[in-house]
Amino acid sequence: MNIKGKAWKFGENIDTDLIIPARYLNTSDPAELAKHCMEDADPEFVKKLSVGDIIVAGKNFGCGSSREHAPIALKAAGIGCVIAPTFARIFYRNAFNMGLPIFESKEASEDIAEGDLVEIHPSTGEIRNLTKGRTYKAQPIPPFMQELIQDGGLIAHILKTLK
Amino acid sequence: MTKPMTIAEKILAAHAGLDYVEPGQLVQVNVDIALGNDITAPIAIKIFRQTGIQKVFDAQRIALVSDHFVPNKDIKSAEQAKMLRDFAREHGIVHHYDGGESGVEHALLPEKGIVLPGDVVIGADSHTCTYGALGAFATGVGSTDLAATMITGKTWFKVPESIKFIYNGRLRPWVTGKDLILYTIGKIGVDGALYQAMEFCGPVIDGLPMADRFTMANMAIEAGGKVGLFNPDEKTIEYAKARAKRPFTVYKSDENASYAQVMEFNAEDIEPQVAFPHLPENTRPISQVGDVPLDQVVIGSCTNGRIEDLAVAAQILKGRRVAKGLRLIILPATPTIYAQAMELGYLKTFLEAGAVIGPPTCGPCLGGHMGILAKGERALATTNRNFVGRMGHPESEVYLASPAVAAASAVLGKIAGPDSL
Repeated sequence: MNIKGKAWKFGENIDTDLIIPARYLNTSDPAELAKHCMEDADPEFVKKLSVGDIIVAGKNFGCGSSREHAPIALKAAGIGCVIAPTFARIFYRNAFNMGLPIFESKEASEDIAEGDLVEIHPSTGEIRNLTKGRTYKAQPIPPFMQELIQDGGLIAHILKTLK
Repeated sequence: MTKPMTIAEKILAAHAGLDYVEPGQLVQVNVDIALGNDITAPIAIKIFRQTGIQKVFDAQRIALVSDHFVPNKDIKSAEQAKMLRDFAREHGIVHHYDGGESGVEHALLPEKGIVLPGDVVIGADSHTCTYGALGAFATGVGSTDLAATMITGKTWFKVPESIKFIYNGRLRPWVTGKDLILYTIGKIGVDGALYQAMEFCGPVIDGLPMADRFTMANMAIEAGGKVGLFNPDEKTIEYAKARAKRPFTVYKSDENASYAQVMEFNAEDIEPQVAFPHLPENTRPISQVGDVPLDQVVIGSCTNGRIEDLAVAAQILKGRRVAKGLRLIILPATPTIYAQAMELGYLKTFLEAGAVIGPPTCGPCLGGHMGILAKGERALATTNRNFVGRMGHPESEVYLASPAVAAASAVLGKIAGPDSL
């Protein structure tokens, strides 16, 4: 299934404290976390967002803490996927484990402007900027990750293999 | 003759049951210790329960530490700590720490000999990389990865490339492990070691006490690193032997192992460092800090809350007073450190200087509690992160430095090194 939404731009090194501040980590309820998603970067962000919208950010997105609350908050807020040149490694793992698609593309990150309509084909890694009529290529998702996603995330994958 | 490997590669190969691994290879490894805290373990426990699985892989090899929002700051955080307590009781988890037994996890686990050289450790906390100081492959993961390991005792890794950091020369006065790692992050940036293993070597490292090595390994994640490793030496082995209750294996990098990059630094070039808001890479030598008045100073955390850190602070604060209007908060990282600080007279020194001494907790480091900043306030902390809103209001500021700089700054009311006293 393709991901299609409007792009919201953020800078480099967006850390997990910006994605979901620690003061809200006394809960792990996705709906509660979603209310405060990206709050310290833009207090109005969640209100402006439509379900399926896409975050396009600079390098090292998700740096900082290991809190899974970060991809949970983004997913629960309705973010369809995140595009960045690179992701912090714990966030990268967590995003896949949570079922939040992420795509590494420097080109897309630089060329997509805020408000552009973007469509992503997760199976090919192709990112299409429908506003500008341009196409970018993301790094392909390795086969074992695809298997993990197909099984519905890490836990579902383990339960399947235990059977 | 086997092919040469780095310490990271050797530990992963041994835990994957392989003779040889190389960067980029995906491996499934046995995990020696899996760790969660009062923020991250509740999610892992929920997932564990959802699976319907009745037993954890090994009740001896899971550590659950309530340290972030303890003593519980509100009802929600009390419920989270209770989840850990209930789960630990249900599954007979041996290493569950709470109340007066608990401390900041990355100070507590090495101190108790729970993590040892040669281990693979995963922790649902990004500063799990601290145990690299012992020569353990230790890294942060999310709660789902923790849940999976609690079930299977295994996890998967992509074998990282390694970067070798060599520190030559001799340390200048008041320069510590904290300054070396801040300097390094300042040079390579917060993603300078992204997806990679950092390996710290050289004559300066050989001379560093364990406490400083823990501080350096702790902040590998602040350069994006997967692990921050030290090759075990006599100090490591002595430290581990005094605490270990199970056998451990020492792995060291082969001399001709291959590295993605080798970086050399001269310690004579390194002054005490301060990281300016809002990234740990925004470092400046103390001589170029300028006039930065402070509202609060925090000494503690998994980075710098050990007895050696408190000793330096006490040495500087002895017979001096905290600047009028500045709040100095000191948090010994574990109950053992707290007791040592009491026996050594440090607590009296801190109280006489006008400090607030808090319980072992992560507390203000992550803006949890016990030292939150108001709008526009500025703090210097011995912690590891200075992101926007990290210690409180989104419009507050955090500066990072060593305990020596922190103590001197508390006395002078502005950022300064001990030489300014």
